[in-house]
Amino acid sequence: MSGAVGREAVFPTRQSLGLMKGKLKGAEIGHSLLKRKSEALTKRFRDITRRIDEAKRKMGRVMQIAAFSLAEVSYAVGGDIGYQVQESAKQARFRVRAKQENVSGVFLPHFESYTEDSINDFGLTGLGKGGQQVQRCRETYARAVETLVELASLQTAFVILDEVIKVVNRRVNAIEHVIIPRTENTIKYINSELDELDREEFYRLKKVSNKKQRDVAAADLEIQASREREAQKQLTGAADKETPDAPDVLGEQEDTDVIF
Amino acid sequence: MAGAVAYKDRQFLAVIGDEDSVTGLLLAGIGHVTDPPEAQRNFLVVDAKTENSTIEKAFQTFTQERNDIAVLLINQHIAERIRYIVDSYSEAFPAVLEIPSKDHPYDPEKDSVLKRVRRLFGE
Repeated sequence: MSGAVGREAVFPTRQSLGLMKGKLKGAEIGHSLLKRKSEALTKRFRDITRRIDEAKRKMGRVMQIAAFSLAEVSYAVGGDIGYQVQESAKQARFRVRAKQENVSGVFLPHFESYTEDSINDFGLTGLGKGGQQVQRCRETYARAVETLVELASLQTAFVILDEVIKVVNRRVNAIEHVIIPRTENTIKYINSELDELDREEFYRLKKVSNKKQRDVAAADLEIQASREREAQKQLTGAADKETPDAPDVLGEQEDTDVIF
Repeated sequence: MAGAVAYKDRQFLAVIGDEDSVTGLLLAGIGHVTDPPEAQRNFLVVDAKTENSTIEKAFQTFTQERNDIAVLLINQHIAERIRYIVDSYSEAFPAVLEIPSKDHPYDPEKDSVLKRVRRLFGE
């Protein structure tokens, strides 16, 4: 495991140990935050998925009703109005406005439908007959389109959330399975190296102190030896003083001339 | 945020559908024709004679070239004809929505988004 994850290329110093510890702490905090974000998003995602499922079913029903009302129109008008409608479409009366909603830092768009009441391209449609049906059909379809817009915003949110959740989960996993073990490995490595250094240092100090002790002992011996010699000398010196044949420096013998 | 700019001026819906669906949706007032020259409609009527390449082209135009479209509605049986494009389309904007048509009842199994939903929940 540790071999697969590896460690970071750092020098095993106390400073980088501190850095790594900070990094590990940061990674742990980041991991828990991201995990929570992912959970919040997933909750939202499930909610949206459920609503999409419902909305899709609702859409099926609504579109069926709308299609039926269109059939009523064709029956009442007594002909195909498709061509006329297509040609008279000029300006969109039904428009959407995009808003955004913030879910744990992710902006989800939300479409809101609104109608421009001043625009009416189909004033003449159904003028001859079936005007009422046309009117009803328009209302039915407008409601259907509202459902569709709602569904579209759910679906967009779904796509975006899906993407974001994937990214967040990838990050969570990367931190959990790569960054944290690697940092822990690095810390372990630095610790072991530092311990090794400590042991080396200790051994060296021991060696040094041993050497010092030896030196001191040797010096002591020397001093003692020299003292003993001194004592010996003094002893012999004292004995010498008694001897009468010591030369009398102040005596009457001639000093030898000193020639430079 | 960049995302806000991307959908700020998307305010129209576009349709690719059979005649009835398009007529109905146009009656609801979603039809829009841009100012000439280069007047562009935001709807395409597809019948049995329409080539697949025309549908593809319209799909590409609505999803990629035009940036004022928020939602693209496409009849499911038409989406079925260009399924490979619809399935590979994964952008958030515009949202592609498969809708049922009069002659073709809605089949949730074929919907590209519902398929993803199913796959995610392992059903």
